[in-house]
Amino acid sequence: MSERVISRDFEMAHLFEIGVYLERGGYGAARQALQLKPEEIVEEIKKASLRGRGGAGFPAGLKWSFVPKVDKPKYLCVNADEGEPGTFKDRFIMSHNPHLLIEGIIITSYAVGINLAFIYIRGEYELIAQRLEKAIAEAKEKGFLGKNIFDSGFNLEVVVHRGAGAYICGEETALLESLEGKRGHPRLKPPFPASVGLFQMPTVINNVETIANVPYIIQKGAAWFTGLGLPKDGGTRLFGVSGMVERPGVYELPVGTPLRRIIFDYGGGVKNGRKLKGVIPGGMSAPILLPEEIDVPMDCESVAKIGSMLGSGAIIVIDDQTPILEVLRLVTKFYSHESCGQCTPCRLGTSWINKIVKRIVAGQGRKGDIDQIERLASQIKGRTLCPLGDAAAMPILALVKKFRQELEAQLTH
Amino acid sequence: MSQPSLELIKKEIETILPRYPRKEAAILPALHLVQRRLGYITAESEKLVAQVLGVRPVRVREVVTFYTMFSQKPLGKYHLQVCSNLSCTLAGGETVLDYLREKLKIKVGETTADGRFTLTTVECLGACDQAPCLMVNDDLHGRLDKTKIDELLARLE
Repeated sequence: MSERVISRDFEMAHLFEIGVYLERGGYGAARQALQLKPEEIVEEIKKASLRGRGGAGFPAGLKWSFVPKVDKPKYLCVNADEGEPGTFKDRFIMSHNPHLLIEGIIITSYAVGINLAFIYIRGEYELIAQRLEKAIAEAKEKGFLGKNIFDSGFNLEVVVHRGAGAYICGEETALLESLEGKRGHPRLKPPFPASVGLFQMPTVINNVETIANVPYIIQKGAAWFTGLGLPKDGGTRLFGVSGMVERPGVYELPVGTPLRRIIFDYGGGVKNGRKLKGVIPGGMSAPILLPEEIDVPMDCESVAKIGSMLGSGAIIVIDDQTPILEVLRLVTKFYSHESCGQCTPCRLGTSWINKIVKRIVAGQGRKGDIDQIERLASQIKGRTLCPLGDAAAMPILALVKKFRQELEAQLTH
Repeated sequence: MSQPSLELIKKEIETILPRYPRKEAAILPALHLVQRRLGYITAESEKLVAQVLGVRPVRVREVVTFYTMFSQKPLGKYHLQVCSNLSCTLAGGETVLDYLREKLKIKVGETTADGRFTLTTVECLGACDQAPCLMVNDDLHGRLDKTKIDELLARLE
């Protein structure tokens, strides 16, 4: 097994307690970082090519550098809403090592000039939220949070904010609305959150795994990080493998590891000795890949090049005995349920498609249904405020394109 | 168990406010608190939240109805939420749901007559490595089969 970074110590039973974390060198990176100039940290993160682990893959250092250097409150929102189906890596990080996340938050906040950070965690993770709150209290007691951290004059408070069951709140501007106490309706961009974000103030929004990488980059340097992964996409990824696979779980592997290796060498291959039918490589919104496409290296650019996306690194394996119609049903059920209702193409399109698919499942499929699904999905794509519209349309279009014959065969009339 | 008075809940909500730069940001935590204390979100408690946070009641109502975790009707003592998303379904999530329906003799969305169990489906719980899974109130239970469900329900009865 290659070098593990974030999950290095996850076998240790009580890593979530500050004493154990400190024994493992915890908070050393934060101490070190607070002696640097903020811009030196941003520069190092840029050089490390740390790309966002939440889905979009945006370079984190660049995102931070967009925050204007103005004298008004700025906020950090850690996106722990983890709702993309197939994704469970942030649960893994926060439950094993909440202090790593807090340490990353300290460094990020210092680098951008932030004194108040929120962890927006999905409401279903109540027990993990409690663990985070306990860890925050421990860190505060040690003086790693609060006033004048490490005698640097830097102050920081961290607040855990629970969501309440809405996939859309993982979208960054919906998350901001939700944190402001509203429905999770995405905002029109621009302005981008870096300039006008939470409470109209400059705001950085990063995924849990992205922030968890920050302490290690500070400690070991950008060159080490890009050496682990790729020059344009550094580090490791916590790949979540699930579905019809022998050994589901989180596997931390270098960015660029071929998908085939992740499924077969780590995930143990397709369950019950069955054959592979398709793989969703980056969470439900990532277009499905066929068995002949799985030699793709798992980095943002390579997966995009073959028409899908690395997304959250959530790999869902589908075996040859699973009907594609069933996959299509679950995909369309999910997006029609989770559409926030703000944009007409997404609100109506997703539920219309879901209705057609349910009819086909009930044995009432009509000639032309598959074309109609394709037409509707194409009309959602690119016509909504936020990426949920595309996230719904892309997997549907890929399923139809790659498995048209099988789907057409389900039509009875 | 006697229910705490709204006056008590009001005091608790007030302790949340200093965490946020603006009071109305505390709507979600306030509603979580209400649901935890009362079991669901009553119309009176919506008004209370609105009053404490200085917003119109409709602002609270729109939040309550937007988020699936907030319930406007009483839930059973144990709220069973079965994941119905892709990885869980591939691993037999529907069998889990059917078995629970059969054992509890209720449909999805219903509560048993004795008020012990409410059964609902839910989208991805972020525990796909433990598929099929469900939540009982705040606790996650994974890699379910009929035996495990029997054991689980026996513990809850």
